Amino acid sequence: MELKPFIEVENISFGYTRETVLSDISFAIGEGDVVTLLGPNGCGKSTLIKIMLGLLRPAEGRVFFNGRDIRQMSSKALARNIAYVPQLHKSSFPYAVLDVVLMGRIPYKPFFFRYSKADLGIASDALDRLSISHLAHRAYTEISGGERQLTLIARALAQGAKTFIMDEPASGLDYGNQLRLLDQIIKLSREGYTFIKSTHSPEHALWIADHAILIRKGAVMADGRSDEIITAENLFSLYNARVNVLKLNRFLRVCVPRTICGCAAFGSLPGERDNPVEALSCSVVQGV
Amino acid sequence: MKGHFLFPTLALLLLLVVAFSLTLGKYPVGLADIAAFFFHKISGTGTMAPERYSLLETLLFEIRMPRIVAAILIGASLAVAGTAFQAMFVNPLVSPSLLGVLAGASFGAALGMVFFKNWLSVQILTFLFGFLAVLLSLGIARVHKGNTLLLLVLGGVISSSLFTSLLSVIKYIADPYNQLPAITQWLMGGLSLVDGKILLAAGIPQLACIVLVILFSGYLNALSMGDEEARSLGIPVEGVRLLLIFLATLMSALTVVLAGMIGWVGLIIPHIARMMVGPDNKILVPASALIGAIYLIVVDDVSRMILSVEIPIGITTSLLGIPFFAIILRKAKKGWN
Repeated sequence: MELKPFIEVENISFGYTRETVLSDISFAIGEGDVVTLLGPNGCGKSTLIKIMLGLLRPAEGRVFFNGRDIRQMSSKALARNIAYVPQLHKSSFPYAVLDVVLMGRIPYKPFFFRYSKADLGIASDALDRLSISHLAHRAYTEISGGERQLTLIARALAQGAKTFIMDEPASGLDYGNQLRLLDQIIKLSREGYTFIKSTHSPEHALWIADHAILIRKGAVMADGRSDEIITAENLFSLYNARVNVLKLNRFLRVCVPRTICGCAAFGSLPGERDNPVEALSCSVVQGV
Repeated sequence: MKGHFLFPTLALLLLLVVAFSLTLGKYPVGLADIAAFFFHKISGTGTMAPERYSLLETLLFEIRMPRIVAAILIGASLAVAGTAFQAMFVNPLVSPSLLGVLAGASFGAALGMVFFKNWLSVQILTFLFGFLAVLLSLGIARVHKGNTLLLLVLGGVISSSLFTSLLSVIKYIADPYNQLPAITQWLMGGLSLVDGKILLAAGIPQLACIVLVILFSGYLNALSMGDEEARSLGIPVEGVRLLLIFLATLMSALTVVLAGMIGWVGLIIPHIARMMVGPDNKILVPASALIGAIYLIVVDDVSRMILSVEIPIGITTSLLGIPFFAIILRKAKKGWN
């Protein structure tokens, strides 16, 4: 499904002092896509995210949002269109959850401002959509990591942006909260929201992302449909780890390391004898 | 105590404290006298004898009122500057002196006392060096690009130390019989030298700064979430921060011009206010202003009444503030986790 490019990254290069972090990165993202940026630590994912948000200025190249260079857009206009959901953090001050969500209204406010009744309504609605209205008056520092992440997503909703850029949204969440987070992302993407998120989990990309961009040493290694490019070969060259990508059914794929607890059986390929994978009626996906 | 009752309650409390403080002093004036005086003043007629009326007018308007108004402005300024700094630097333990304004202003005052010897130049130098110290901090942070928040703090440490050392130099070369005691006493703070003229010159900009920081307080919550997050919300972080630093510096330097070094208020009052109204800066900043004003009037009353000689207010704020802070620390901890 080729859509017109909604966000276009064009020949981005970036370096801190001497070393090059990103070199000549280009890709395009369609409206409503769920896009995953995948790559090892230090590959430049976070830098790329900051450039796409307009927080860092690339040495070369441009980022287009809906055909407009984001450098030509005011920071408020950008904030009304693209919301940043940062990595899970704890604030120093125990603001009420509602106060954190209200910050999302700042891009709509004049220089001196107070929040209006309408802002309050929008913030409450955002909490409602994520089913966390009961947290509105709890301290942001005292709720769980999963609830904090949802609060930050609610703020992005209150911001009115239709594109969310998330920096490792699942990191620091327990297993259940990771799954609930993925669930929320799928739900919102069905309502037309575009997601760009970095992750350390290829499985999350396989499960919810239409589109994956693999980044290695500051360059795009592969760019395409998640199920086509997240392969054992690519994961090996990305992470230097031997992983099988197993197809459970037409839609669902999982990653299994070839050696778990030294058990070589996980590494065997279909057709071989005593294959537990075959017993689950799965098949190993080879690279395309 | 949140919401609708908070500000009327604090304003009423401030009014009561002001009225009560007007009665305090060597010459006894009762609350009834003050009420009768103000009734006379406003309505133009009254039962008060003319001599007593003019005596009260001098006493209240020329002696006691300027002092109380100065206490209000200084307490509110330091508390508001402290609250803004704590939010901006994402650190509940910083005070308005973080970027060196108080150290620079102290040096300026000492410099004026030793080399110029007239009061106006002391005041001007106090103000100028307060600003210069903060500019130096900003300059140091600017020269080394990087994590600006951390560099600003380091710049502040360097600038504060520099001006503290320079102050020592001045103290060392000052005449030990006249100048040194004057410098030392000035640095301990005191409201006794406040008069109407300086109050007008310093008070109006201070009041403007307080109002402006209150108007800006909507940004403080977002600023305390970190630079990148604030910028992603469309806030011009560097500009807003610079403006807030400018306002905080202006009003803090003016407190030194009015009354010398008064420590602790800018650190303690934001905590007390946070315990009372919670961390939301839109409410916290104006609440800090009122609580800081009340606190400093009370402390000044203690300073001038408790002994037959006046105790420097810097000493009283510390001696009252430190134990109080130690006691409430556990509860205050809740306010910032």
